[in-house]
Amino acid sequence: MIHRFKASAFWRIAALALSLALVFSLAACSSTEETTDPEATVTEPVVEATKLVLASTTSTQDSGLFDVLIPAFEEAYPEYAVDVVAVGTGEALALGESKDADVLLVHAKASEEEFVANGFGTERHDVMYNDFIIVGPESDPAGIAGMTDAAAALTKISEAEATFVSRGDDSGTHTKELSIWAAADIEPAGDWYLSAGQGMGDVLKLADEKLGYTMSDRATYLNLMDTMDLVILAEGDAIMFNQYGVIPVVDATNMEGAQAFADWIVSAEGQAVIETYGVEKFGQPLFIPNAS
Amino acid sequence: MPAATPLYFTGSHMEVIWSAVVEAVQLITSGAPYLFEIIFLSLRVSTVAVGIAMIIGIPVGYLIGVGRFFGRRLTLVIVNTGMGLPPVVAGLIVFMFLSRSGPLGDLRLLFSTPAMVIAQVFISTPLVAGVTAAAIASVPLELRLQARSLGASWWQEALLTVTEARRGVMAAVVAGFGGIISEVGAVMIVGGNIEGSTRVMTTAIVLEARKGNFGTALALGFILIGIAFVINGLLTTLQQSGARYER
Repeated sequence: MIHRFKASAFWRIAALALSLALVFSLAACSSTEETTDPEATVTEPVVEATKLVLASTTSTQDSGLFDVLIPAFEEAYPEYAVDVVAVGTGEALALGESKDADVLLVHAKASEEEFVANGFGTERHDVMYNDFIIVGPESDPAGIAGMTDAAAALTKISEAEATFVSRGDDSGTHTKELSIWAAADIEPAGDWYLSAGQGMGDVLKLADEKLGYTMSDRATYLNLMDTMDLVILAEGDAIMFNQYGVIPVVDATNMEGAQAFADWIVSAEGQAVIETYGVEKFGQPLFIPNAS
Repeated sequence: MPAATPLYFTGSHMEVIWSAVVEAVQLITSGAPYLFEIIFLSLRVSTVAVGIAMIIGIPVGYLIGVGRFFGRRLTLVIVNTGMGLPPVVAGLIVFMFLSRSGPLGDLRLLFSTPAMVIAQVFISTPLVAGVTAAAIASVPLELRLQARSLGASWWQEALLTVTEARRGVMAAVVAGFGGIISEVGAVMIVGGNIEGSTRVMTTAIVLEARKGNFGTALALGFILIGIAFVINGLLTTLQQSGARYER
C-alpha cells in the first residue's frame, strides 16, 4: 500500500519531468532551426537580422560600454543582431578557436597575436585602451596611497601581507597583474593572497568585503564605485596600460558580420561612440579610442 | 593544428569527450592535491548543510505530513515554493544579509565556508521537508491510531511514523544533498570561489571553462557525476536491504 503510493508518485513525477524535458528540447530545436535558416541563405537579401556572436571580456561587459556600443552598431548594420558572450580572455580565445564566436574583442595582446599567427583569426586591430588601477580600503594598511610605481605598490602590499584579491582566472587582467608581480620579482602566495577565479565586478566586491586590495580596470571600478568603499590608491604607471584588440574569426559562422563589426569599431563612427562613453556620467571617457 | 595551443576543440567532438575522460582519469590517479582539496570541501560543506537541513526539514516535514495545525497550508506553500527556489536567489539573499553593509555584516561571514553552508541549508531544507512530508503522509493513519491506543506518547508516535517512512525520508535526504552538491550559483556568490578556501567542484568547473580549459572542466564534471553515482548507489543499496527485511 505504502510502496504502491510512493511508486506511483515517483512515476508521476518522472513522467512530468520527462515531458517537461521533451517540451524544452523541442522548443530548443525549433529555435535553432529558425536561427540557422537565414544563415544558410546569406546571399539572398536579408530580411531578418542575422546573429553575430561577439566574445569579449567580463571587464568590458561590466564597464557598461556594450550597452551603447552594440545598439550603435546594430543601428548602422540592421542586418546583424549581436549576442555578447562575456567571458575571460582565455575562454574568449577558445570560443574563437572552436568557431563558436564570430568576432573577438579582448585585451591580451601577446595571446591575440599568437591566435592570429596560428591561423584562427584573420587579422587583429588596436581598438582602444584604458588603464588599470590599484584600489583598496581607505585605511590603506600597506600605505600605497599616491604611488605611481605599480610594482613598488605591490611590493609594499606583499611586505605588509595585506589582503590582495587576484582574478586568478587567466583573464587579460589576471595576466597583467601577474606581469606586474613578475616585474616586482615577487611570487605572491600566502593567506593574504586570495585567488578568486571570478569576473572583475565580483572581485571588486570581494575586495571591498574583505577590506583588501585588488587591481582593476578603471572602467569597471568607476561603474561600481558608488556601491563600494574601495578607493583608487595607485595609478598612472605605463605598465598599467590596457590595450584592446578586435579579431574576426577565420571560417566563422557569420564571417561577413564579423568583418563588418571589426571594420565599424575602428571606423570614425565606432571610435566616436567609444570616445564619448562615460563622459556624461563620470566626467571622463572610460576608454580611449586608438585605432590607427 | 599547432601544438602551442593545447585546446580541446581542435579534434572531432568525440575526441573532445574522450580527451576529457582521459584527463579525468589522469587527474584522479595523479592524486593532485588541488583536486582532492576541492572534492573534500564540496563534500564537507554539502554534508554539514544537509545535516542541518535534516534537523530542520524532517520535523517540519513530519508536522506537515501528519497534522492539522494552524498555518499548515501556508507552511506547505512556503515549502513548495522553496523547493522551486532558484539556488542563485537563495545565494543572493544570504549575500545581502552577510555583506558588510547588510544586517549581519559584523559577523564577517561572507566569502567563507559557513556562508556557503548557510546558503545550502536554505536550498536543501525545503527539499528535505517537502519530500519528507509526502513520505509521512503515505504512512497509514491506522498505524498511528494503533500506536496511540497502545499508549504511545506524542514523541513515540512521531518516532514510529518517521521510522515507518524511513525510505521516503532517506529519499528526502538524497534529494536535499543532490540539490546542493551540484549547485553553483549560490556558492559562487557567497563563497567567492577563493582558491584553497571556498573553491568547490562546481565553481572550479565554471572557472576552468572560463579559462578555456574545457577538458579540465569536463573532467571535473565527470568526477562530480561519479561522486553522485557512488552516493546514490550506497543509499539505494541501503534502501533495498531495508525493503528485504520488511517483507
